[in-house]
Amino acid sequence: MTTVENSATRVDNSHTPVVLGGTRGGPDQPTLRTDRWWLAPVITVAILSSFVIYATWAAFVNKDYYAGATMHRDLISPFYSPCLTQGCLTTGASMGGHVLNWWTISPALLILIFPLGFRMTCYYYRRAYYRSFWWAPPSCSVSDAHKSYSGESKFPLIMQNVHRYFFYFGLIFNVLLTYDAIVAFNQPGIGIGVTVGTLVLVINATLLWLYSLSCHACRHLCGGQVRSFAAHPIRAKLWKFVTPLNAKHMQFAWVSLFFVAFTDIYVRLVASGTISDFRLF
Amino acid sequence: MTEITMRVWRGDQNGGAFENYVMPKVEGEVVLDVIHRIQATTAPDLAVRWNCKAGKCGSCSAEINGKPRLLCMTRVDSLPDGETVTVTPMRAFPVIRDLATDVSFNFEMARKVPAFNPIPRPADGYRMQQIDVERGQEFRKCIECFMCQDVCHVIRDHEENKLKYAGPRFFIRYAELEMHPLDTNDRRELVREKMGLGMCNITKCCTEVCPEHIKITDNAIIPLKERVVDADFDPVAWLGRKILRRTKRTSEEAAVQPD
Repeated sequence: MTTVENSATRVDNSHTPVVLGGTRGGPDQPTLRTDRWWLAPVITVAILSSFVIYATWAAFVNKDYYAGATMHRDLISPFYSPCLTQGCLTTGASMGGHVLNWWTISPALLILIFPLGFRMTCYYYRRAYYRSFWWAPPSCSVSDAHKSYSGESKFPLIMQNVHRYFFYFGLIFNVLLTYDAIVAFNQPGIGIGVTVGTLVLVINATLLWLYSLSCHACRHLCGGQVRSFAAHPIRAKLWKFVTPLNAKHMQFAWVSLFFVAFTDIYVRLVASGTISDFRLF
Repeated sequence: MTEITMRVWRGDQNGGAFENYVMPKVEGEVVLDVIHRIQATTAPDLAVRWNCKAGKCGSCSAEINGKPRLLCMTRVDSLPDGETVTVTPMRAFPVIRDLATDVSFNFEMARKVPAFNPIPRPADGYRMQQIDVERGQEFRKCIECFMCQDVCHVIRDHEENKLKYAGPRFFIRYAELEMHPLDTNDRRELVREKMGLGMCNITKCCTEVCPEHIKITDNAIIPLKERVVDADFDPVAWLGRKILRRTKRTSEEAAVQPD
């Protein structure tokens, strides 16, 4: 059985020479996909928007980011590390702290520029937000929402090329957060031990290292930029080490994003006295 | 006997329409088999390009339910049961007739790739270590089905970009050449200025549709972008070039084909 749709537009199928650069023919619907292609962009928008809203609130609230000696703990939120205020200086979390007396609003506003810049210019997050927020395109084989398109070849998106510098700064923050995780084993007035908060900070630092080391810029700088691996055996080994991590970059991007927010929430709840940080041993 | 409804685009560059064909469902068939049965029974004038029926020649690229797929590698039983199967030509290219498209844009771009330009032949011949051979092997799996070109929104949704955008298939060729230890050309400026590498916004659709599972974005496009950063956007790399007196080739110099 044969039926014809839109027969008004049906044309004679005798051969017509093709003209490049002209009309293409073919269906003109934005997409013919029948699956739920819109689901992934919706989930991405929901998660990233939630994180941005929470991070903005947490950055401006400027309190309850440090559980110190009065609680026999040394836990600092990753949003407020390194310690830049008197509020977290009691036992010297994050490299002993360097107080900026002239800075009167939340120190998180200074600190978050770097991790935020790292994630904003990250190759994975670019894919995620170009699809979900910018609709360029919202999903594969779905028409993008813009009449003209120049991508990352012009300002402002050409600035995405600074990603490797945010990667360098990200490494510095990873060192700071690793230090925070180590000092969290010290419980003032009690001694060395492990609490849930200690584990949270350790896992957070580990995930951030995995996210940074799996970065595409890291892979390039380790060895991707050389023409010959045989002529650069050490760089080839580094490249081979980070390449499997790079394949999991998307997963590390999401998990580390969730966990950094969870770490801030946990420290905040402990610092405000809402929950107590359970000591394991 | 169960049936399958095939909704096939019929037309050419000037327009066309969908035609529905209800065919008996045969176990184990791929979409190309059903298209061939339509040709053999009700529509002998239905145009479709095909050759190997083994997913290796890249001829039967089309779109099934809106997604670029090889007709010969898409089993009918992998599609939603009981739903109409929509088969259309590749959207990014002009339709010659029905499911056959004119992919000559890709051959134009292929001609523009400056060929492999090796170092002078050493007395004992060219030698490459296995680790360097393996690096480019992934890119040589390409069967030139051009589905990555078709799905790339830079040209799929913007015909005007075809003049200045090589597309994912040729970015893997540029990456392969740039990673070749014996090659002497430097194509970084060329891919930035003339081949539109910056227009790729790494949405990874090319990787998703590749039937050879080449990691086009992660292993070719992003490494190329990072090499362009070395050449144009990294002040430390720029300083290093000045101190070590290294030069980079302009796009015009790089575009010269070797003898």
